[in-house]
Amino acid sequence: MTTDLSKAPEPTDSSGSTGSGGSISGAEILLEDVVKQYPGQKSPAVGSLSLTIPAGEIVMFVGPSGCGKTTSLKMINRLIEPTSGTIKIDGEDIRGKSETELRRKIGYVIQGGSLFPHMTVEKNIALVPKLLGWDKKRIDERVDELLDLVSLDPGRYRKRYPRELSGGQQQRVGVARGLAADPPVILMDEPFGAVDPITRQRLQDELLSIQRELRKTIVCVTHDIDEAIKLGDRILILQEGAQIAQYDTPEVVLGAPATEFVADFIGSGSSLKQLSLARVSEVELRKPTTATVGERVADVKQRAEAAGDRSVVVLDERGRPVGWPWLRQLKGDTVLEPTEDLVNIDLRSTLNDALDTMLSSSHGGAVVTGDRDQYLGVVVFDAVTEHIRSLEEEARD
Amino acid sequence: MWDFIVERREQIAYNTFQHFNLVVQAVVVATVIGVALAVLIVRAPALQGVANALSAIGLTIPSFALVGLLLPVFSIGAFTAFVAVAFYAVLPVLRNSVVGLQGVDATLIESARGMGMSGFAVLWRVRLPLAWPVILAGVRISMQMSMGVAAIAAYVLGPGLGGYIFKGLAQIGGANAVNYALVGTLGVVVVALLADALLLLLGRLTISKGTRVA
Repeated sequence: MTTDLSKAPEPTDSSGSTGSGGSISGAEILLEDVVKQYPGQKSPAVGSLSLTIPAGEIVMFVGPSGCGKTTSLKMINRLIEPTSGTIKIDGEDIRGKSETELRRKIGYVIQGGSLFPHMTVEKNIALVPKLLGWDKKRIDERVDELLDLVSLDPGRYRKRYPRELSGGQQQRVGVARGLAADPPVILMDEPFGAVDPITRQRLQDELLSIQRELRKTIVCVTHDIDEAIKLGDRILILQEGAQIAQYDTPEVVLGAPATEFVADFIGSGSSLKQLSLARVSEVELRKPTTATVGERVADVKQRAEAAGDRSVVVLDERGRPVGWPWLRQLKGDTVLEPTEDLVNIDLRSTLNDALDTMLSSSHGGAVVTGDRDQYLGVVVFDAVTEHIRSLEEEARD
Repeated sequence: MWDFIVERREQIAYNTFQHFNLVVQAVVVATVIGVALAVLIVRAPALQGVANALSAIGLTIPSFALVGLLLPVFSIGAFTAFVAVAFYAVLPVLRNSVVGLQGVDATLIESARGMGMSGFAVLWRVRLPLAWPVILAGVRISMQMSMGVAAIAAYVLGPGLGGYIFKGLAQIGGANAVNYALVGTLGVVVVALLADALLLLLGRLTISKGTRVA
């Protein structure tokens, strides 16, 4: 089975998994009265956790450190064996197969990517497909496909060693490795904990974009409530002993915290956090003049002036935005690939992230991209404030 | 001195080769034993103290004494020499292998297991390759040390250059005493340098570019 790259439709209800062929490639995970008691400890690390994780959704496990969220995660791929209780993936008890067989069908991504330093990017990604006995041609194609998916040029990065990559790039390869054998379930343990905030924001956007295509079941542990709000279709807030404090969509968790513990954990500024729930896709995008690398500068200037624009968005030959120069910065005969690093935001980014990017842009706006970094338009301050106003009005009614 | 060497060049060349041969064989066997022991020791933390103590004590036994102790067991000859050299050679390899295997980042091992690698695959494809630079450093120490031990082992008629040193010592005051001792000593130094160069080359070929320092 190769990855189904067709566009996923709007989120559907969680009516079990569809295995292959459907738009959801994930599988449902069911935890029933799962307990983990370490010998010599008074209270269990995980005390009777029951939970349904719907197929094709991202569920975020959050909670203070020591609340049992990582233990709960690791019991799903049997890195930790539960003391009692049952875990089922796609209706099958996970103890029905050998540990190695089970794990090869579950992607596992941990902090920093955890790449093997003695293997090239290519070999790291190819590990699980090799364990599964794929032939060389299929593995090669898969590696290219995955590198492309995580926005790394296969030609440039295949043969590199992890230490030759930046933290963000290593983490991308880590995600690609987790996806390698196209597992229905992916477990992530603080996946973006080791990178700087800007890179983290990008990686989160990329994950959302990838998930939009693949619709896996992703279980992700984080201690960062903002990350949980941004990424999660559902958030599981745990307190000590993996007691469920609340398990619901981010909107409900923010709008109606179940307990004082949840309210404390979300912290102050929950109205600002609401900004993290609104997506760029809800805001009207502007479509300024675009230019393609290699085009004649004179033509571009003419087009922009006709449209009344003082800047143009430059796209590369694959339709990905690479720069956003002012007209006066366009020199020479043809449009060159700009050297500055353009910070794009994903269509699924939150308004919070969009505002952040816009504040640091000289244009007072941000370039928006969709799947595989395709250019979609530009979001500007006015559109965001307009949207916030309409949200407030809605809330008042 | 020059005439001394020229007259005996074939014999000297033969003994030099024998010395090299003895040490390399002993070190290869010692490496296999040392790494295998280390793999077992790392699994059982209780054994680590024992292993460290044994290797520390082992290194304090004078090689001359060990050769003497081995004599009643193995009789005189090349095999006794081999056993003595291999015994010492195991110790640095064992120690470095334990350190190297323990130094592998625990999250990498967990990551490997989480991806569905079997216990053997984790060892063979993750832990040993990552520990290899440290293990190889131990092999180099082993090789240097064994050059000297092999010279002593000539006392039980082991092969190699040690015979010249003992001959020189036995004839002190005689015409060729100094020549014998010098040829034996310099020969050992030359063989040691050559072996070290070969190990460096082996490192170049076997240590992944991703983990090589500098």
